[in-house]
Amino acid sequence: MFRHGLKSVAACAVALAFSGIVQAQDSEVTQLRRELRELQERMQALEKRLQEAESHPAASAAPPSQSSGLAAFNPAISAILAGSYNNFSQDPDLYRLSGFPLASDVGPGRRGFSLGESELTFSANVDHKFAGVLTFSMNADNQVEVEEAFGTFNGAPFGIVPKFGRFLSAAGYLNEQHAHTWDFADTPLAYQAFLGGQYRTDGVQARWVAPTEHYVELGAELGNGAAFPGTPRNKNGVGSTVLFARTGGDVGESHNWLAGLSFLDTRAEERPDTIVGALGDDMPASFTGKSRTLGAQFVWKYAPNGNPTRTNLKLQGEYFWRKESGDLMAVGVPIEGDPNAGPFSARQSGGYVQGVYQFVPMWRAGLRYDRLDAGDRSAFNPQRATAMIDWSPSEFSRVRLQFARARLAPDLTDNEFFVQYILSLGAHGAHKY
Amino acid sequence: MKTFIRIVLAALLASALTAHAALSIFATVPEWGALSQELGGDKVKVYVATTALQDPHRIEARPSLIARARAADLVVATGAELEVGWLPLVLQQTGKSASGPGYFEATANVPLLDKPAKLDRSEGDVHPFGDPHIQTDARNIGKVATALAQRMSELDKANAAFYQQRLQDFQSRWSAAVAKWEQQAAPLKGQPIVVQHKGFTYLAHWLGLREIAALEPKPGIEPTTAHLAEVLSLLQKQPAKMVLRAAYQGDQSSQWLAQRTKINVVTLPFTVGGTPGAKDLFGLFDDTIDRLLKGAQ
Repeated sequence: MFRHGLKSVAACAVALAFSGIVQAQDSEVTQLRRELRELQERMQALEKRLQEAESHPAASAAPPSQSSGLAAFNPAISAILAGSYNNFSQDPDLYRLSGFPLASDVGPGRRGFSLGESELTFSANVDHKFAGVLTFSMNADNQVEVEEAFGTFNGAPFGIVPKFGRFLSAAGYLNEQHAHTWDFADTPLAYQAFLGGQYRTDGVQARWVAPTEHYVELGAELGNGAAFPGTPRNKNGVGSTVLFARTGGDVGESHNWLAGLSFLDTRAEERPDTIVGALGDDMPASFTGKSRTLGAQFVWKYAPNGNPTRTNLKLQGEYFWRKESGDLMAVGVPIEGDPNAGPFSARQSGGYVQGVYQFVPMWRAGLRYDRLDAGDRSAFNPQRATAMIDWSPSEFSRVRLQFARARLAPDLTDNEFFVQYILSLGAHGAHKY
Repeated sequence: MKTFIRIVLAALLASALTAHAALSIFATVPEWGALSQELGGDKVKVYVATTALQDPHRIEARPSLIARARAADLVVATGAELEVGWLPLVLQQTGKSASGPGYFEATANVPLLDKPAKLDRSEGDVHPFGDPHIQTDARNIGKVATALAQRMSELDKANAAFYQQRLQDFQSRWSAAVAKWEQQAAPLKGQPIVVQHKGFTYLAHWLGLREIAALEPKPGIEPTTAHLAEVLSLLQKQPAKMVLRAAYQGDQSSQWLAQRTKINVVTLPFTVGGTPGAKDLFGLFDDTIDRLLKGAQ
């Protein structure tokens, strides 16, 4: 009985002890579970924070470095480096266009290696009403000139955009574009003959885009008239007037075009010219009178689906008609003594057509044909044919080869070969159409 | 003569009245055009300057864009210098300001990724403010929508309640769609991909795709044979299922790669209108995810 009782006590004790162990184990397991759960929760919280950080990188990244207060308002600066190797069969000093008076700085450039026009442009908003642009150009002769320096005003009514200072005139399509964006290394002959290379004026411009779905733009410029075909004149008031009108649009997604008319009205006083003397030779003369030039422009661009990245084609042509009337006088010869001198009137015209095709990415090829009609002033009509190919590894660089055969005068045919580079540094400029 | 003048005046008046009947919006790229239309309904007139088949980096300030921007009450742009090559010129020529209420930048409402640590053109056509192609992450569209509806309400106060109501409607449909797309795209998480142009950073970030290489040696520079060979040897060590190409890009380089390695060329719409399926913003992502899932198989 006792033994039995002892046995049962022992069994009870064992059972108790065992249950204690089990209980202890149970509590350890729960504690472990709890710890595990806590760990899991902490990991989840960390993962969430990581995800948040990843989805808001700007918020977690260091704030963008701020430049110091003085530099923060610096204008956008861009520089153009341009240069060329030129090979001409004729002496550039003898350059002339038969029957056309030329501005003093018009010519093909220098022989051999030569720096082109390097440009430095600053531009910025002045305040909430004005913006300004300043472009210096430095030519190969170490001369710095102010190519453009103008302000624009954006508070004018009716959508009129005024510009004032010195700027590239809208007297032609190519005229408004800086030399480094041209598709050929030099200007068309018509620009040399009628606009002195590129017509710039000191004055004011107002342009207005009609609030219609179709593009129509009208504009006017009043200037001092100092630039060729005008001359500087010691005079108050307006020396030159330019009027222009443009229209253009899309034809489907792949084609777009621009057409325009321009009119330049200016005056020249004692502008250097030549006159055919009694012996048939050229004699220095000077012209005083009115000069009026009408221009017509047309540009057509094509890119498959409107995406010019791989291939694109640009066709463009301009034509100018000029009428000059006044007095042409041989220098140093009294008017009475010269039968050719006196009241004078001349109608001349000329233009160019060109096409540039990008056949694979980065590579373009182009052809251009120039022709001038000297009117009564010469029986010879200058003309030129040009071919070029260029390579642009990016939109900021271009290397170009160009060959032209120019028949400038009856006794002057020039073969012109150019290797040109154009590099653009700094701020990303927007290019005109 | 008098009747003629009367007719001209009446026509001018009529055009002036119709011009003000709707808020006129000029969107630089199709995604913001589509979003403006979603939010504005018949109260807005939307003009989209570019199509999905055009490279948004290389647009010209062509005459039609100047005319349309001139007539617009609101210019909706991506910003972050995506349109730097043409929009400043269009705004300047039409006397508009890039800081007034009539100018809206989508990227101002979204944190930008890939802000370059080093600004140097030898690195290609880098975007100094970060990657502007934010529309490839659907969540960004929702963020831009809120800000855009706000701007539209400010400009056209008479219809403010209408825009806000349409915004609410759009947001509820959009967040449901985003949840659906995220669920569908779950198998894409961690997938290694190759891109032709670095234009899918936001998409990869959103869906967890791993971008291992780009076919362009530098952003904006056309793929070269030498660089493609490098990508090919990388892929032999570290294979990827697909190479992503935007609809506007040429397919030569991605096909070149596909012929030499087992990789699927996936043409993504990139924006509204890039593929037949991407008819609107919803279609854009339906089609994008669909094409990605097929490419990953």
